[in-house]
Amino acid sequence: MRTEEIDVAVIGGGPAGLAAAISAKDSGANSVVVLDRNNWLGGILPQCIHDGFGVEETGESMTGPEYAERYISMAEKKGITFMRETMVLSFDKNRVITAVNHDEVYRIKAKAVVLAMGCREKTRWSAGIPGDRPSGVFTAGVAQAFINLYNIMPGRNVVVLGSGDVGLIMARRLKLEGANVLGVVEILPYASGLLRNIVQCLEDYDIPLYLNHTVINIEGRGRLKSVTIAQVDHDMNIIPESEKKIPCDTLLLSLGLIPENELTKNAGIEIDDRTGGPIVDQCFETTAPGVFACGNCLQVYDTVDVLAMGAKNTGKHAGKYVFAQGSKEKKREFLPVKPGDGIRYILPQRITKAGLIDFTFRVDKPYQTAVFSLSAIPTQDDTRQEIYKKTLRWATPATMERVTIDISDETLKSMGYLEGSING
Amino acid sequence: MTLIFLQQMKNFHVAVIGGGVIGSAIAWELAKYKVDVVVFEKGCDVASGTSKANSGVVHSGINSPPGSLKARFCVEGNKMMQSLADELGFSLKWIGKYVIAKNEEERKELEDLKKNGVQNGVPGLEIQEGSEVKKREPYVSCHAGLWVPTAGILLPYEFTITLAENAAINNVKFCLETEVIGLKKQNNSFLIHTNRGDFQSELLVNAAGLNCREIVSMLEKPDFQVYPCRGEYVVLDKNVSNLTTSMIYPVPVKKLGVLGVHITPTIDGNILLGPSAEFIDDSEDRRTTREMMRLLIEEAKEILPMLPERAIINAYAGIRCKLASRKNGGWADFRIEESKETTGLINLLGIESPGLTAAPAIAREVTRLISQYITLNQKKNFKVRKRGKRFSEMSSIEQSNMIKRDKRWGRVVCRCEQVSEMEIINALSNPLGAQTLSAVKYRCRAGMGRCQGGFCTQHIVRIMEEEFHKNVREITLHSADSYLFYGRTREIKQ
Repeated sequence: MRTEEIDVAVIGGGPAGLAAAISAKDSGANSVVVLDRNNWLGGILPQCIHDGFGVEETGESMTGPEYAERYISMAEKKGITFMRETMVLSFDKNRVITAVNHDEVYRIKAKAVVLAMGCREKTRWSAGIPGDRPSGVFTAGVAQAFINLYNIMPGRNVVVLGSGDVGLIMARRLKLEGANVLGVVEILPYASGLLRNIVQCLEDYDIPLYLNHTVINIEGRGRLKSVTIAQVDHDMNIIPESEKKIPCDTLLLSLGLIPENELTKNAGIEIDDRTGGPIVDQCFETTAPGVFACGNCLQVYDTVDVLAMGAKNTGKHAGKYVFAQGSKEKKREFLPVKPGDGIRYILPQRITKAGLIDFTFRVDKPYQTAVFSLSAIPTQDDTRQEIYKKTLRWATPATMERVTIDISDETLKSMGYLEGSING
Repeated sequence: MTLIFLQQMKNFHVAVIGGGVIGSAIAWELAKYKVDVVVFEKGCDVASGTSKANSGVVHSGINSPPGSLKARFCVEGNKMMQSLADELGFSLKWIGKYVIAKNEEERKELEDLKKNGVQNGVPGLEIQEGSEVKKREPYVSCHAGLWVPTAGILLPYEFTITLAENAAINNVKFCLETEVIGLKKQNNSFLIHTNRGDFQSELLVNAAGLNCREIVSMLEKPDFQVYPCRGEYVVLDKNVSNLTTSMIYPVPVKKLGVLGVHITPTIDGNILLGPSAEFIDDSEDRRTTREMMRLLIEEAKEILPMLPERAIINAYAGIRCKLASRKNGGWADFRIEESKETTGLINLLGIESPGLTAAPAIAREVTRLISQYITLNQKKNFKVRKRGKRFSEMSSIEQSNMIKRDKRWGRVVCRCEQVSEMEIINALSNPLGAQTLSAVKYRCRAGMGRCQGGFCTQHIVRIMEEEFHKNVREITLHSADSYLFYGRTREIKQ
């Protein structure tokens, strides 16, 4: 067993981890180590061979591997250490990480930790799809890995469930590889992926989109033989007599992503049930001092650009924390931020210092026009003081909103909470 | 490797048809003696049928009618389990069971159950008031509960695999993917016609589970019917495991002779809800249904109101081999007997619950029956393949030592269950020759966690290709036709 002492440990070498590591190094941290469970860096990016990455950030549209390469070279130049094929088994609130690879079991004592573990895909059972349990049912990301990293074709006649970006991209990918893509099935009345993907993946490739439909049964004892789809009403109830059997040999599930926080939970760090990620303050610090979070394990982002911007901030704070230690161990007072009407979640969930704060949030349903307001609500009474207002157009749960709000010292000391809500 | 055996040896003393828990337990028991034994299993691994799709409960014996074979073999098997687990190393936990009564009427049924249990020789039974039950199980509300301390849990697939692999290393031949399609009695031996060639054996043990009647009908006219009865289960996330420490069963539903919907913790910290009980026509119909999944959660919520809605991480179904139809009450005793018509044929019919618990005792009984035909001399060097510690169960020092021995221990390829590459390799190197994805899953747990194979599948496939030289087109999930992939991308098909 080997013990190491370092400044900043970053768990996860995907786009969030890489951006945070670089930023931490730039903020003055000396030893920055990135631990990743794969033998490649970039996380999910190497298998995302389509382009569209980095447009907002750099003006250039790159493929996943290109975007990853950019950050990897930057990180290498800065002297960041990588531990590949290394699995973090656990870490505790004292920032001691237990990790393992081909060489050793490591106990890494870090002055600051950045959580960048990313997310996992929702499985068939999150949607509770009954029926047989044949082979041929894949989550979209796994199918993508097999095609793009291993040159393995998962199947020939494909149905995709879920019109999120991963599902749309994979529908096109499979068609390009010669598969017969029978359609994309979506339970909502609208597709949940980015508009550009709906056009460039479905419309451009003549792949049918079945809105207001879902898969209600899976058939096949060995390999998948067919799926049964049915129409649903406004309340997501199955409309009887609308069932239709689609013969196929592959079902791709694109049901959504879940932030990967096993390590976080086991460390006793508080999780926000609405985001699935840790509760953080405006510095991205979790409820454990010196432990920061960024990327998809904090909240599921829509684009890597916005994710990287957030991760850079996280890295900066983690880097600064290394030097400000000692003074940080006191009990921190905070102002809670809560989601109100119309808001699914809002981040950060705590404010510990006044100033300009970047908030991210998602609405709970589509709005053509919606007025977002952040109000301060004191503990003594129910009076609300609106401190920020913004009109949103075409807000949907699939689009993360970002606003920068100036929180004053006065508001911070008001001893109540802040609430983000939609009015009208 | 299997092919070489087939060429070398085709004559056996005992042929066991069926590699489920019963067939495997019998094979293991017989492996202690100097007899040539073969096991024919039509699936790609042992425990392909009912043996893997049940609750994994080691029953106490309180439910079976006194004097029945079910009662006798359940209590006997129960008593044998701990020493078996000590010897072979499979997981076993005596978590106990509460049978709970909602009202005074049901409480009377608890008293009947207790009486029944005492008659069967079940120790430690105690009826407790609802308040006392609550002390041990704070999330359970009931009027009264029958505490059954000798009820336990194990992993039915692990148990079966352990028995089978131990039999295999003691020279029992396992022929997987081998289906018996014809039988003939000729002089003093049986001619066994399979899809992989012909064999001969002095004695035949019919442990074919749901196919037991087909086997009998190859030799004689069966005097029984099989009524498949499907049981659906849902598996709950480990994060609800704090809701109960012991098994919680409602008072048995008398009409069908089947236990009602149960709450069963598993060895690895999940909770099982189920089984349902539905008589079906097709003995291979293991579909789960939306209605049953919903019903299981609903009924469980009546017992554990704190159960969250979104706790399901998996669902499966198993089929019971019943000898009594629904309208006849659905209850029939085990039939463990030599055929009266065909000498040398030993039949195990209708082995449903408590079959798993009864397995070691049934195996002893079958061995006794066999000893009437063949002299059984004990082997001197009986080997034991004890289940080793999983990587995730080791201390950091132990892990470090294993990595020094072989660096493949250090590469963790299943994130959710922390399974290392070496464990995958060991699983694929099993003495039975089972090499499906499920064979890996059931031996080392890779793929059984929250992400359900999202991360590890690509690594298992890589290991199968690199270390075991499997062609991607040959990789299957569980059965011969459950191929995982179509082939390589951009391949030209001949």
